[in-house]
Amino acid sequence: MKLNLEKINGCNVIFIQEERIDAHNSGELKEYILHMIEQGDVNIIVQLESVRFIDSSGLGALLSGYKNAAAKSGKLALACCKQQVLSMFELTRLNRVFEIYTDLNEAFENEA
Amino acid sequence: MCNSIFQVDVIIPTQTKYLDLIGSIGEHIAKDLDNFSGDREALAYHLNLVLTEATTNAIKHANNDPRDTVRITIHIQDNELNIKVYDHGQGFDLETVPLPDFDQPKEGGMGIFFIRTLMDSVTYTKQCDCNVLEIIKYL
Repeated sequence: MKLNLEKINGCNVIFIQEERIDAHNSGELKEYILHMIEQGDVNIIVQLESVRFIDSSGLGALLSGYKNAAAKSGKLALACCKQQVLSMFELTRLNRVFEIYTDLNEAFENEA
Repeated sequence: MCNSIFQVDVIIPTQTKYLDLIGSIGEHIAKDLDNFSGDREALAYHLNLVLTEATTNAIKHANNDPRDTVRITIHIQDNELNIKVYDHGQGFDLETVPLPDFDQPKEGGMGIFFIRTLMDSVTYTKQCDCNVLEIIKYL
């Protein structure tokens, strides 16, 4: 899983550098987020601009991060979803769980 | 692509690194279909997703032999797109796979939901030496 982590405006922003999140790399993403949360970085924004495809295991990895962050009074939010990726959140109603921001500025205004 | 008869038959090792390849085949087929008046981009994503989920499922249910394989066929005839994914594992009962709980979402169990929701027919049957997940989409 190619990704970059940057601390911007007090938020930990994970920039996913993959076009696809599927069962081949979602386990790695899940572990990476879990490790961050265990280290105390519980406020996370996942920037999905590069991602053009996500499957059920990818949604599951993000949901795992959301739940683990919430369990430590933190939050995992999403930003910059492409329309078809967003439609997967809508189909599974996960758009009611995650805060999904149009861009990082909007995310910082609400989360930072 | 002429839609009269079209068939792809692929056999892959039971490794998730091949999911991209299998999903991409579905995406390319959707983009090259003749006489399809629906949302081509949506169909491309849906075929990518369904093939990815079905193949992931077959890899998960595979036996432990590293030489095990998953076979995927895609057949189009008379506006019916038929996908078959063959695995050699223990199999499972498709009818007992529950719908996801949307109020208390869990990490797993969304793959079959996607396939059922986006396609027109899904069956899982045991044959003599394998199981077959058969998915039909009317174009």
